[in-house]
Amino acid sequence: MSSIAAPTSLPGEEPIEQKNYLNVKTTLSSWLLTGDHKRIAVLYLFSIFFFFILGSIAAGLVRYELTSPTGRIMESETYNKVFSAHGIIMIFFFLIPSIPATFGNFFLPIMVGARDLAFPRLNLASWYVYVVAGILMLTSLCLGGVDTGWTFYPPYSSMYANSQVTLTILAAFLAGFSSIMTGMNFIVTVHKMRAPGMTWFRLPLFVWAHYATAIIMILGTPVVAITLSLVLVERVLRIGIFSPELGGDPVLFQHLFWFYSHPAVYIMVLPGMGVVSELIANFSRKRIFGYEFVAFSSLAIAALGFVVWGHHMFISTQSMYQGIFFSLLSFLVAVPSAIKVFNWTATMYKGHVVLAAPMLYALGFIGLFTIGGLTGLFLSSMGTNIHLTNTYFVVAHFHYVMVGGAMMAFLGGLHYWWPKMFGRMYADNWAQVTALLSFVGFNLTFMPQFIIGWMGMPRRYHYYYFAPEFQAYHIASSLGASVLAVSLILPVFYLGHSLKYGPKAPPNPWGAHGLEWQTDSPPITSNFESIPIVTDEVYDFPEERTEPDTHLAAAATGNGKAKKGGS
Amino acid sequence: MAAIAQETPQEHHGPVHHQFENIVQQNEAYAIGMWTFLVTEIMFFGALFLSYGLYRWRYPVDFSRVHEELNINLGAFNTTVLLVSSFSMALGVHFAQLKDRAKVLKALSVTIACAFTFLVVKYFEYGAKLEHHLFPGANFRPEAEHLHGGNPNVAQMFYSLYFAMTGLHGIHVLVGILVIGFLMLLWVKKNPLVTEDFMPTEMIGLYWHFVDLVWIFLFPLYYLIPK
Repeated sequence: MSSIAAPTSLPGEEPIEQKNYLNVKTTLSSWLLTGDHKRIAVLYLFSIFFFFILGSIAAGLVRYELTSPTGRIMESETYNKVFSAHGIIMIFFFLIPSIPATFGNFFLPIMVGARDLAFPRLNLASWYVYVVAGILMLTSLCLGGVDTGWTFYPPYSSMYANSQVTLTILAAFLAGFSSIMTGMNFIVTVHKMRAPGMTWFRLPLFVWAHYATAIIMILGTPVVAITLSLVLVERVLRIGIFSPELGGDPVLFQHLFWFYSHPAVYIMVLPGMGVVSELIANFSRKRIFGYEFVAFSSLAIAALGFVVWGHHMFISTQSMYQGIFFSLLSFLVAVPSAIKVFNWTATMYKGHVVLAAPMLYALGFIGLFTIGGLTGLFLSSMGTNIHLTNTYFVVAHFHYVMVGGAMMAFLGGLHYWWPKMFGRMYADNWAQVTALLSFVGFNLTFMPQFIIGWMGMPRRYHYYYFAPEFQAYHIASSLGASVLAVSLILPVFYLGHSLKYGPKAPPNPWGAHGLEWQTDSPPITSNFESIPIVTDEVYDFPEERTEPDTHLAAAATGNGKAKKGGS
Repeated sequence: MAAIAQETPQEHHGPVHHQFENIVQQNEAYAIGMWTFLVTEIMFFGALFLSYGLYRWRYPVDFSRVHEELNINLGAFNTTVLLVSSFSMALGVHFAQLKDRAKVLKALSVTIACAFTFLVVKYFEYGAKLEHHLFPGANFRPEAEHLHGGNPNVAQMFYSLYFAMTGLHGIHVLVGILVIGFLMLLWVKKNPLVTEDFMPTEMIGLYWHFVDLVWIFLFPLYYLIPK
């Protein structure tokens, strides 16, 4: 069998090739009308990549503007539109669908041992809804964009804003529906499509995390959908539900909005935690420490996520007693999150840790997510929150969780499953350097923001002539953003290169454990020749496989042992 | 992980889709899928009910005064119509289980007829409100008699909620008509998807009962506010 990093040819490989999901049909319509969860995942991968580029360009503009205390290139209004575009695109069009709609779509059915998701046509519909939402978003950008921030607070958004609020809200509304469809599919698939012998406690933690995510998707997203559409009718028909002129309450909007949008941050990070659980277990060659605790902590995060939304509103008109409760409940979220971090760490203890690129991303995730999580506690304390809210401390906090967490996990997952999805190996040393670079770049970008945030730099300002001493920090941050950008551009080249020139991937290049590694790389359309019967436990690494000292050897021996024989 | 060939992949025929092993698995997946969908619907309407609750709690007297403009008789008639439609839908599912095609079609026709009746009555109700300039927004300038002593701003809020909630419900009724119509078409064409498996009929029935149930809450909340 092949080794992973050596780009040499593979003389032993049999030339007979079965048609996989990629080359079974190659017409455009076979892609656009596909019911195959793997193809839909690939469609999603390229669509979210497109929006990721757009959102990143907006982020770059923001960082460039902030290198001078008086701003560099933009008017205030333009700046408002740029950071709004960054937020809306990154949240609704990248982070929320990122891991669930790509890796979730691709691997959840394979991991439970199914041929497809329960409702393939619904799955395809979800991509089309996403695309229509994306086109609306692009239209609104072309017509001048929106300046409300991603939160669309009325009455500004409903009565006063003169930008493309209507179109943008419609786009976010539709994007929400695509996420609801994905969530419904996942719930039904996990409940009903598991292969014989695949009990709940044999499910990989990736599946548990996606199950928890799907619960949030179906419970939260409809609420924000109706809330945004109320803003929409308020804007278009002048119906007034949040309008203070008619005795309505804009804070009601904030409650309804954050009832979804706080759990939504768990939609972004839970799938990432699922990916990291896979990476930590498989690159430590050990069953994850406290599997049940990690599984249930996902559900606990989903449940607790729904009762903490008020911590976004400590400085609204919400009552102090409400604030105290939301503050206490917010602290509780730290418990299941910490369980995960401790258990990942404990898994690595005495494990045979292999520092391949995906594992480096996973380790980066643990560090960055821990910082993001702990600074969340500063913000959930009412006293410090009053000082820190609407400062760069908040910006740094949620970027540590969303970028340092969700995006690192996305990149880790991308590197981990790339050989399975596209059947090619990439240059691992390039990927390792890139992973380190992204870690350095990320910290350089956002660590200074914690400091200036603590010192009082308000968010959403494009100048700070009142405090020119912040400039050094802003320049450091922008410099870090450039490093981060390089580390995000590099994978485009070496992953793209691997598609054509990379050595063919064996079914299980990492010596990993799980049903997805028993399929071909790339898998056939129906995933398995026949539905597997699962007889062993999850992350069950045989003792004899814990010897190899390099991941190359691990890959070689892992291949020999973990396969189902004959490919 | 040991993967042993369980069975050779077989040609699936009839109403079982390729991703499912058998009809039982498929039907259970349909059921969970439908209930999951209804959960999303409950959350969808839930935000509106919450808003209604908040504002009625804040302005109880004005809500009570303004609601007198709504026609209780028409509301009660529509409630009855929807209850009958739900009953005939339940009968339709029952006959689908018995594979009695003629009776399924009869029952579904009653359901659709009721749904149409509901919308027609709603059309006249909305028409009356528009005529009295009770639609919120720029054209909201009703005569004092139509406000029944309520605060005009709160009245506008009341009608905002009224049109948002009953409108959304009306859209659901309209979708229900389309879906039930499509279901009837499949029955007329003797499509094995519905004649061999009662599950699609039952699932559409579930949706219809949900639409009905929403109205069961809307009717007292808008038409029967006590003094």
